[in-house]
Amino acid sequence: MTTPTPQADDVLVRVRGLSFGYGSRVIYDGIDVDIPRGKVTAIMGPSGTGKTTLLRLIGGQWQPGAGTVAFDGTDVHQLKRRELYTLRKRMGMLFQNGALLTDLNVFDNVAYPLREHTKLPESIIRDLVLMKLQAVGLRGARDLWVSQLSGGMARRVALARALALDPEMVMYDEPFAGQDPITMGVLMRLIRTLNDALGLTSIVVSHDIQEVLSIADQAYVIANGKIAAHGTPAELRAHASPWVQQFLSGADDGPVSFHAKAPDYLADLMGAAK
Amino acid sequence: MTAAVEIIASFLAGLGRAQFFLLNILGGVPAALARPRLVIQQLYMVGALSLIIIVISGSFIGMVLALQGYRTLVRFGAEDSLGVLVTLSIIRELGPVVTALLFAGRAGSALAAEIGLMKATDQLSAMEMMATDPIKRVIAPRFVAGVIAVPLLTAIFCVMAIGIAGGHAIGVDLLGVDAGSYWSQIRSSTEIADIQQMLIKAGVFGFTVSWIAVYQGYHAAPTSEGVSRATTSTVVVSSLAILALDFVLTAFMFR
Repeated sequence: MTTPTPQADDVLVRVRGLSFGYGSRVIYDGIDVDIPRGKVTAIMGPSGTGKTTLLRLIGGQWQPGAGTVAFDGTDVHQLKRRELYTLRKRMGMLFQNGALLTDLNVFDNVAYPLREHTKLPESIIRDLVLMKLQAVGLRGARDLWVSQLSGGMARRVALARALALDPEMVMYDEPFAGQDPITMGVLMRLIRTLNDALGLTSIVVSHDIQEVLSIADQAYVIANGKIAAHGTPAELRAHASPWVQQFLSGADDGPVSFHAKAPDYLADLMGAAK
Repeated sequence: MTAAVEIIASFLAGLGRAQFFLLNILGGVPAALARPRLVIQQLYMVGALSLIIIVISGSFIGMVLALQGYRTLVRFGAEDSLGVLVTLSIIRELGPVVTALLFAGRAGSALAAEIGLMKATDQLSAMEMMATDPIKRVIAPRFVAGVIAVPLLTAIFCVMAIGIAGGHAIGVDLLGVDAGSYWSQIRSSTEIADIQQMLIKAGVFGFTVSWIAVYQGYHAAPTSEGVSRATTSTVVVSSLAILALDFVLTAFMFR
């Protein structure tokens, strides 16, 4: 990899030679990724390239076939279960659909990690929850049930919940997928401002290219199990590879052909290409 | 031939996974008991909400037994023994078995579907990422609640079938069996061992059905087909397991 390696202290998550696959299907074939501290890093790629898989590997939910993931110098996959759980308190994750607990209301969802992991009195938990909900603009929705929330609201509540334990890093899985422009704008602004205000490190997995590039400090483009491109948004936009250009601009034809591989059209129609 | 071997191998592998999963659940039981609120909540969901179906089924089965039993007994002038017939059939067999079958259909399927959907909507993953163990928070309380609920429901089923609405209503109130002999015959021929065996059966069935239901839900494919398959196999596997275990238990108990 030609990735310029930043100073050791600047990198919160260091992925080295990571390989992963389901059965015979290869998802990652020895990739290197550095997630710098305090920055918003975008992970982009076509559908089905396993962007979400990367988050699950970083979170230690899945085991890689080869390679290492180090979070703040600790190899995530060498940890015992208890140590892994301790480490996960330093990470927050926002799942694609929010993954709120459907048997709890908004307030209790955000309070859940606090109640599970701290012995704080209920009055302090209340204050903390209201502060987190205020940060995502949903203090007024505290008594709603999960089924009453719109998709965008569910994601914001899930974000408040992910922030409840004041993690160092938040991972966003497709935060913009299927959202209307206003919600998208709200979520974009939230990701950026929370990252800067709370001194977080953010990883945003998305294929909403323009949105995610507008808030990211640096981005990785993953395709076919490899890192296809890496750099700041400006560097990516000026990238030499025609594939990257097609991916960023969304052109329907290019290195990725519009048509599936097929015999010559005319010959096919004339019945000669049997 | 190889297909048969594969089927057997995958069956054994599934059995092994289920046992390993059971060990995990049992490891989570103390944590679940430490938070009784979760267990009580689940006890309400699987137990209290199953009451209506248990009460109604118990009554009808008691009534049918009384009708059928009376027809036969009256031919020998032995209709005073109707209470014994109803009671022993209910306590020894029908009570635990039918309650467990109904529990599998009403509560087991709901448990599997709920857990399967929680998995499909990433709620279980989210718990793991929040460093809380879903086995302790979700699975163990539901399992414990099922194990507690089935013996209680079985007792209610038996009371309904024998006394309140079933055998008593038909035998005594409708067909005119003497109430005194109905009850005294029951008292003289039912032993405490019968009730113990009923509770043992009910406990074993509750354990098995809850285990199967949480296993199916937790290992469901995270799609709508996966959840529906988990629900179906919960009911099918539980029913077969109940009937087979009932045979084994009965064979041991009435040697």
